[in-house]
Amino acid sequence: METSESIFVVIKKAILGFFHGFLPDWTVVIISILISVTAIVIFGPVTMMFLTWLERKVVGRIQNRYGPNRAGIFGLLQPIADGVKMLTKEDIVPRAADKVTHFLAPVIVVIPALLVFSVLPFGRGMAAVNLNVGLLFFLAVSTMSTIAIFMGSWGSRNKFSLLGGMRAVAQMVSYEIPMVMSVVPVILVTGSLSMVSIVEAQLGGKWFVLTPWGFFGAIVFFLCGVAEVNRTPFDLPEGESEIIAGFHTEYSGMKFALFYMAEFMSAFAIAGLTATLFFGGWDGPLLPSWLWFLVKSYAMIFIMIWFRGTLPRFRIDQLMGFAWKLLLPFALLNIFVAALWQMLPAPKNLIVSGIAEAVILVIVFFASRKDSPKKRTYVFAD
Amino acid sequence: MSDTAVHSQEPQLLEVSIGPQHPSTHGVFRMNVVLDGETIVKLKPVMGYLHRNHEQLAENMSYLASMPYTDRLDYICSMTNNFAYAMAVEKLAGIDVPERAQYIRVLMAELTRLINHTLLVGFLLNDLGAFFTPTLYAFREREKILDFFEATAGSRMMCNYFRFGGVKADLPAGGMEQVKEIVKNYSRFLDEFERLLTSNEILRSRCQNVGILSKELAVNASITGPILRASGVNYDIRKVDKYSIYDRFEFKVPLGKVGDVYDRYYVRILEMRESIKILQQLLKQMPEKGEILSAKGAAAAKSPRMWKPPAGDAYGRIESPKGELGFYLVSDGSPKPYRYHVRPPSFINITILEDMCLGQKVADAIVILGSVDIVLGEVDR
Repeated sequence: METSESIFVVIKKAILGFFHGFLPDWTVVIISILISVTAIVIFGPVTMMFLTWLERKVVGRIQNRYGPNRAGIFGLLQPIADGVKMLTKEDIVPRAADKVTHFLAPVIVVIPALLVFSVLPFGRGMAAVNLNVGLLFFLAVSTMSTIAIFMGSWGSRNKFSLLGGMRAVAQMVSYEIPMVMSVVPVILVTGSLSMVSIVEAQLGGKWFVLTPWGFFGAIVFFLCGVAEVNRTPFDLPEGESEIIAGFHTEYSGMKFALFYMAEFMSAFAIAGLTATLFFGGWDGPLLPSWLWFLVKSYAMIFIMIWFRGTLPRFRIDQLMGFAWKLLLPFALLNIFVAALWQMLPAPKNLIVSGIAEAVILVIVFFASRKDSPKKRTYVFAD
Repeated sequence: MSDTAVHSQEPQLLEVSIGPQHPSTHGVFRMNVVLDGETIVKLKPVMGYLHRNHEQLAENMSYLASMPYTDRLDYICSMTNNFAYAMAVEKLAGIDVPERAQYIRVLMAELTRLINHTLLVGFLLNDLGAFFTPTLYAFREREKILDFFEATAGSRMMCNYFRFGGVKADLPAGGMEQVKEIVKNYSRFLDEFERLLTSNEILRSRCQNVGILSKELAVNASITGPILRASGVNYDIRKVDKYSIYDRFEFKVPLGKVGDVYDRYYVRILEMRESIKILQQLLKQMPEKGEILSAKGAAAAKSPRMWKPPAGDAYGRIESPKGELGFYLVSDGSPKPYRYHVRPPSFINITILEDMCLGQKVADAIVILGSVDIVLGEVDR
């Protein structure tokens, strides 16, 4: 139990101890960093490969079919086969493309997707860097992918790509705001931007999702996160049925795979962040902490895949309306509720903030009813 | 930068050619759209990529030889295409159709309507961005009907089942049970399908008040089929003409009020429910045994190259799932038609695409196109 709990920490310590025997101190620090970096660089792509398999399998089941089952047992080797295919494919660059931008975009898009993993606490003592502004770092770095996506769309010199890029920028900038607003309550309550402290504040089952503000904050944050990583129903930048593949229309082979990889890694990062901020991170009974983190993250991922298998896509104006008219006011009011929760004494705060949350929900519900679609009646002629 | 300018002459506008190779133009259809941001300023449909010279071909072969070619007009509904063509020739040559054959024909036509509308709803959802789930559910149900078609006509999609004065073959052993099973389960499937789709908030907000087609424009542009009825015009050829034996069944014509994509979607769902009612009555009324090909029809089928209808002209039309499908034939008394003309509902319904799309977003144009329900085999012929 104890060893499985901290197995990765123990392994790292053992390796460092081995090197400490004959190397000077400063090299050991570098090796320590390198171990963390290597772990993340391996973990990211492996997660991505597994996620592609998982998504195809789950969506397949939703759609009444098997999904990949030819390569390996349960089709588990399918991602490797896909990887080989991607690597051996011809790399096509459109003649009119801006070569430098077109080349750099898929490279740049992967960097933020990998960087954000460095501040996620994967388990007890398993955050690569315990940054005291970890949350801010996460939000800031994940926004960088917008630049890469726009570079790709602009550099391709393709009208569909351009449309996709325009949508991507508009969408990501819009959803950034309610996303940040929805994590403000967490910062307010824990008084820290460090991911590790945020998890520690929730230890022992005091998950924020179990509070009124945390529950709705988690929903808002998760929805914004889904929008941030361009997944259904917010997958407008690559809306297949409208603009072919959006920003990565003109990418083939490994460059396309890099976009794909970035998307899945960000999806996992968002899932992990939701688990960290609202679902207690690695906190949980019996199982080792890192396993709890993975279970919670994959639960979030499963919801994302479930969305994908079920929901149609929003339209661009509805997408914007959803962010600015619904999520943002709601996230702002949620801060107020969290403040009530924090300021009032213990038993009273649940009731007061619960009532406040309910009132806000009713207000938002009726305010949004106005332009929501109606049920219709039909006449039957003989 | 190279000179392949992204912008058209007016600096603010973007000209995009959607199609002919595009995931959701339902074939090789192309729309040249001029965009202001995401809003459509101009839209020009371009057709003809699938032109196969259908009419000219038919004028150079015997009457019966065209029958399999009609399968390939609207390749989702080969049965109704056969039906309309057979009706035109029967009118031209005065061939009667036996009782049981009439029932089989209506059975096939209504099953085809179920296939078409189910598939359409599936593909409409694909256009809306749902990742194939409704489409695959639609395909699952379609398979059951196609299995029945295969058992009866020998082919799943290109049925070539109708003959002048009847049908090619009687229902196979166990065919009736197969149909009864389909009809019994179909409304349950529709309930399930609707639970997934009709009350979906995203679907409603994407479809309601999008691509509105006014009553007047619909009538003036001679739009037919579910699109016309979604705009609130009560015009169903099954009711107007009462062709074949449609006067023996009780069914209603669902009408929309707004004429937007949602109405077009829902009118089709309701039409499917009416089709199920027709099928239920049909299965009760259908005679157990009987002729399936009249004597005159048998003569026409026996030596098709020598068979000559009398000189004259005839127009046979039916309510195909997509609208009024008509065949106009002119005979000069020879074994080949002098003139053979198809009135394809898809082609005529697509002419109002620009009027419906102007001022809407790109994403809407795709959905509107999906709701019009075109099949390029029929548009281009």
